[in-house]
Amino acid sequence: MLDLTYTAPKPKVIQGAKDDWELVIGMEIHAQVSSNAKLFSGASTAVGAEPNSNVSFVDAAMPGMLPVINEFCVEQAVRTGLGLKAAINLRSAFDRKNYFYPDLPQGYQISQLYHPIVGEGEVIVEMGPGVARHVRIERIHLEQDAGKSIHDMDPTQSFVDFNRTGVALMEIVSRPDIRGPEEAAAYVVKLRQILRYLGTCDGNMQNGNLRADVNVSVCRPGQYEKYQATGDFSHLGTRCEIKNMNSMRFIQAAIDYEARRQIAIVEDGGSVTQETRLYDPDKNETRSMRSKEEAHDYRYFPDPDLLPLEIEQAWVDDIAARMPELPDAKKARFMGDFGLTDYDANVLTAELEAASFFEAVALGRDGKQAANWVINELFGRLNKEGLAIGESPVSAGQLGGILDLMQKGEISGKMAKDLFEILWTEGGDPAEVAAAKGMKQVTDMGAIEAAVDAIIAANPDQVEKAKANPKLAGWFVGQVIKASGGKANPAAVNDLVAKKLGM
Amino acid sequence: MSIDVDTARRVAKLARIRVDESDLPALADELNGIVTFMEQLNAVNVDGVEPMTGVTPMRLKRREDVVTDGNMPERILKNAPDAREGFFAVPKVVE
Repeated sequence: MLDLTYTAPKPKVIQGAKDDWELVIGMEIHAQVSSNAKLFSGASTAVGAEPNSNVSFVDAAMPGMLPVINEFCVEQAVRTGLGLKAAINLRSAFDRKNYFYPDLPQGYQISQLYHPIVGEGEVIVEMGPGVARHVRIERIHLEQDAGKSIHDMDPTQSFVDFNRTGVALMEIVSRPDIRGPEEAAAYVVKLRQILRYLGTCDGNMQNGNLRADVNVSVCRPGQYEKYQATGDFSHLGTRCEIKNMNSMRFIQAAIDYEARRQIAIVEDGGSVTQETRLYDPDKNETRSMRSKEEAHDYRYFPDPDLLPLEIEQAWVDDIAARMPELPDAKKARFMGDFGLTDYDANVLTAELEAASFFEAVALGRDGKQAANWVINELFGRLNKEGLAIGESPVSAGQLGGILDLMQKGEISGKMAKDLFEILWTEGGDPAEVAAAKGMKQVTDMGAIEAAVDAIIAANPDQVEKAKANPKLAGWFVGQVIKASGGKANPAAVNDLVAKKLGM
Repeated sequence: MSIDVDTARRVAKLARIRVDESDLPALADELNGIVTFMEQLNAVNVDGVEPMTGVTPMRLKRREDVVTDGNMPERILKNAPDAREGFFAVPKVVE
C-alpha cells in the first residue's frame, strides 16, 4: 500500500497594529453517538418525535430511578477511539457534573472527568497535497446530552423538551495543535469523515449531532515552539472558549474574530480574561457569557449510581477486528491501486458511499477513467439536481456498463455521454439501450474506407489544399464522421485520412 | 479545612437553597462540625490502596441497545407546575 507522508503546514499569521501574531487552537467536539436507545435508559434517540415522548422516568430524573448503561454506546466510543488510533482504557468511571438549568432535570450531567474511556490518539488533517497537521487527541469521554429549550414560543416562558436528554455524546478533546481558522474547520471535516466511516456518529451538524467548542489564544511567533519543547502553557496567551458551534463557516469566522479581539486587547496594553464566549453569526462577533462564570463550579464527584466501567481486552480486540477501512487508508489504496491523483482520491473518499460507488465502477476497469466519469459526469449531474449519491438514478453497474462499451470501442466518448443521459432519465441496461438507439461506433474499416474515399473524390480542391497544409486534414476527418452519423471511430478515420492523402 | 460564612453562602447558592444572611454563621458552624468529623479519616494510611466504589465485587450492569421505554409524555409532564403543548413551561431563560 502507498504510504502517505506529510510536511506540517505553516501556522496562520495575523498582522496586528504593531506585531505579527499566531493562533493556538484546541477543540472539544461533541458527537452524538449513533444508537437506538439513550446512554442510560431505554428511551429512543429518534429525532422529530412529539415533545417529551422519547423520555423515560430515568431521563426525567424521577426519584428512585437508576441509570443502566447502554453497552452499544460503549462499543461505539471504543470503535471511535480505535479509529483515532487512541489508547482504550479498560477501566473508566462516571462522574457527576453539577449545575442547574431547566433542560437538565437531574441537576447534574453524568460524564467522565477523571477516568475517560479513551486516551491519547491522533487525527491527520490534510491542508493540501502532501501537507497535513497532526492533531493530537487528548481524550474521548462518554456523557449525557441535555434537553432542548425553546425560547420563541411564548413571550414570558421557555418551553423545554427532554427528548434529547440523556442521549449519548462522545466529547472528543484535542490538544492545542491547531494553528488557524482553516485548520480548525479542516479538523472538524476530517473528524466528521472518520466518524461517518466508523458509523459511530452521523455527523449531522444542522441537527446539532456534531458541535464544537473552540479554545483560542494568540501568541507571538516563536512562543508556540517554546510551548512544544517544554509543554509549559505559560509560553502561550490566555485562552477563551467559544461555545457550541455547528457550522464550519461559523467556526472559522468566530476564530478569526476572537483572535483579532484578543490581539487588539494585548496590543493596547491590556490582558485577555479567560472566559466562555458565544459567537453571534448575525453580528459576526463573540461575546462573553458572564452568567456562566459562577455556574462553573461544577463540584464533580464520582457517580454513586454507577460502578466503574470495566471492559475486557478481548472485547476491544473483537471490535478492532471488525473495523472498516478508514479514509486515510482508503485514499492511499485508491492512489496506489487505481493510479488516482491526490485530488481525485480526496474527492472520491470524502464520503464512504461515494467511495464504494467509485470502487464498484473501477473494479476490473481503468481506474482513472472510472474516476473521471464518477467525478465529472456523475457528481456533476448529482450536484446539478441536488441529489445524494444514494439517490443516483444511474447505478455503479450501469456506469460500469457504459465504460465497458467504450473500452470495447463499440461507442465513442460522445455516445457514452449521450447514453449516460438516457440511462439517467429512462434507465435500462447500457448495452441494450445502446443497441436500441443505434449507438454503435463504426469500426468496420471497409465502411470507413469507402466513406473516406467518397469524401476525397468529391472534394478535389480540398485535397490539394490539405496536401499543401497537412493541418487541413482535420476537415476530412470531420466530414467522414459527419457522414457516418457520428458513428465512425475518430482514431480510425484519422489514420485512414492521413494514409489516403499520402501524409 | 474550615468553612467560613462566605463559603456557606456560596454552597447554599450553588445548591439553590435559600438561607437567610442571619442563619449563615450557624450553618457554617454546622458544616465545619461535619467536615471536622470526616477529617478523622485522614488518620488512616491509604498509601497504595485503590479508591473503593462498592463493597460487593459486581460488574456494572449493561443494557442492550433496544428501545424499551418512553411514549408517555402525559405521565412525564404530570407533576410539572406548568406544561403547554407537550412541553415543560418554565420562566424564560435565555442567554
